Amino acid sequence: MTAQSVKWFWYASPQTFYPVAGVIARWCGAAAAVLCAAGLYIGLFVAPTDAQQGEAYRIIFIHVPAAWMSMFIYVVMAFWAAIGLAFNTRLSHMMASALAPTGALFTFIALWTGSFWGKPTWGTWWVWDARLKSELILLFLYLGFMALQAAIDDRRRAERAGALLAIVGVVNVPIIYYSVQWWNTLHQGASVSLTRAPSMAATMLTGMLVMALAFWMYSIAVTLLRVRCLILENR
Amino acid sequence: MLEAARCIVVRDLLVAWRRRSDVATALLFFVIVTSLFPLGIGAEPDLLRSIAPGVIWVAALLSCMLSLGRLFAADHADGTLEQLLLSSEPLGVIAAAKALAHWLVSGLPLVLIAPLIALQYDLAAPLYPVLALSLLLGTPVLSLIGAIGAALTLGLRGGGVLLSLLVLPLYVPVLIMGAGSVDMAAAGLAPDGQLLLLAALLIVAAAFTPWAIAAALRISVE
Amino acid sequence: MNLEASHLGCERGGRTLFSDLSVSLRGGELLRVAGPNGSGKTSLLRILCGLLSPTTGAVRWGGTEIRRLREEYSKQLVYIGHAAAVKDDLTAAENLRIACTLGGLRVSPRQIQQALDSFELADLPVKRLSQGQRRRAVLARLVVSDSLPLWLLDEPYAALDAAAGRLVEELIDGHVARGGAVVFTTHQDTRVRASRVIDLDA
Repeated sequence: MTAQSVKWFWYASPQTFYPVAGVIARWCGAAAAVLCAAGLYIGLFVAPTDAQQGEAYRIIFIHVPAAWMSMFIYVVMAFWAAIGLAFNTRLSHMMASALAPTGALFTFIALWTGSFWGKPTWGTWWVWDARLKSELILLFLYLGFMALQAAIDDRRRAERAGALLAIVGVVNVPIIYYSVQWWNTLHQGASVSLTRAPSMAATMLTGMLVMALAFWMYSIAVTLLRVRCLILENR
Repeated sequence: MLEAARCIVVRDLLVAWRRRSDVATALLFFVIVTSLFPLGIGAEPDLLRSIAPGVIWVAALLSCMLSLGRLFAADHADGTLEQLLLSSEPLGVIAAAKALAHWLVSGLPLVLIAPLIALQYDLAAPLYPVLALSLLLGTPVLSLIGAIGAALTLGLRGGGVLLSLLVLPLYVPVLIMGAGSVDMAAAGLAPDGQLLLLAALLIVAAAFTPWAIAAALRISVE
Repeated sequence: MNLEASHLGCERGGRTLFSDLSVSLRGGELLRVAGPNGSGKTSLLRILCGLLSPTTGAVRWGGTEIRRLREEYSKQLVYIGHAAAVKDDLTAAENLRIACTLGGLRVSPRQIQQALDSFELADLPVKRLSQGQRRRAVLARLVVSDSLPLWLLDEPYAALDAAAGRLVEELIDGHVARGGAVVFTTHQDTRVRASRVIDLDA
């Protein structure tokens, strides 16, 4: 075993990770607050008014980053699940379990804001309809993961079963996404162009990226706090 | 390897035959559900024709899911599941054999009955082969993916509903491709694309799910 | 053949059943696991056959961990647990034949019939048999398992009458004499003298 690998497994012990998690959580929480304020400022005041949608479109500054995070978190969750199954480390499983509620939250936010705003008449945003349906299925995947872990009393079986489910899910997410997207083209008409990326003003993109970063920091903070709770519960 | 697989398929078929009523109820469910829709929606022929592929596919999905509970639960209860885990053949092969037996008992009858159901909906004649083929390709995938869920939820309280929550999202691509192929054919377009995708899904599922099912069984039996 | 368990620990439902348990078994040895209910006898047996992963420690067969061996290891053992492990809707003969095929054993119908005869079992669907007869239907597997080096038996004498109990004792004795190894758990007094006893109560 190299010095590198020894170092990783040192942090894999819940006891050593506990204080580290606390420190990281505090910094990320602060960063999240700052970035969120910046992002909202850009989104609400700096970005120009859209020609067709007026002010109402600004909800994408929450919708799009939330959607990105929902998918990103699922992949990260599946990653920790795979590590947990491969190396049999409890902390990895705890990370996966801790990520799920946050992922579900972002999926829900994306769905909610999306349905407020995803008007099919806004030509350049067609692709988001397929995404909304995929988001709904993603929400069920998260809820399924959480329900499965909640239904099993034996801690070890619960972690490993959830991990397997997360991995099976992550393999399916692209398949689900593309099949829903295909379904959308069939039912909404062939006149929609999905290959042309919608053009966005640079400030809109910046705003969304800043918000995405803010959500990311928030996710890290909240997840690490949850992991700390799990560590205490399972001592 | 084939010897053991054949043994399990025959065993499951034999047990299913001796418990014929259990099997028949799932089939009956399929027939009843599909018969309910015209009653609820109205018997207008155009409407029925357009919803037929979707309704039949959703009913097939639900019927398949209902029968998943039986896949491992009986073996788990009487202790034979442990012996399967201790078999001299790889657990993936055993899992695939169980899924195959499940499909033969719960999926294949649906494929055979679907044309009769489609009659109720006055589906155009050229669509029957497409419907049957889509079900033929899709129902084994449902059995395979469903087996993963059944293995994960073995012995849990609230099993049936939890199983549906886990498995239905994973069924969505099959549903979309399956119903979509018939819809394409109904619109006069060639359904080849969707059918080929279904076939691809089947091949991928057949290659990978047995190992996931085996892993899930090991996790659940501990 | 050589079974080695080193530093096994087992935790179930938050309780530590046993820890740092080490035992090694060679051909011709008989190991008895004793202990009151709930002391972890069944868990130990399940760890030895690979159904359960120990919390700590490992089990090795011929030097290799059984986790890596998987089917190679399963091929060499027969495990008879608490549960009946027979399908109610099938007959005893059908069940035995299936068990043999799954275990990789080649047995002729005559051997199956012989096994069932020695336990005096009729060819009825198992659900029509009494508890004791069911147990005998499961244990009939031992008659055809002489080629398997390792037998792991959980409470083999439970629910058996005196005659069947003696038959099982003879089978175990015979297997050990032939160079096989047997691990069994039991509450009851048995005339079979074990080479070694592990007491989980200690």
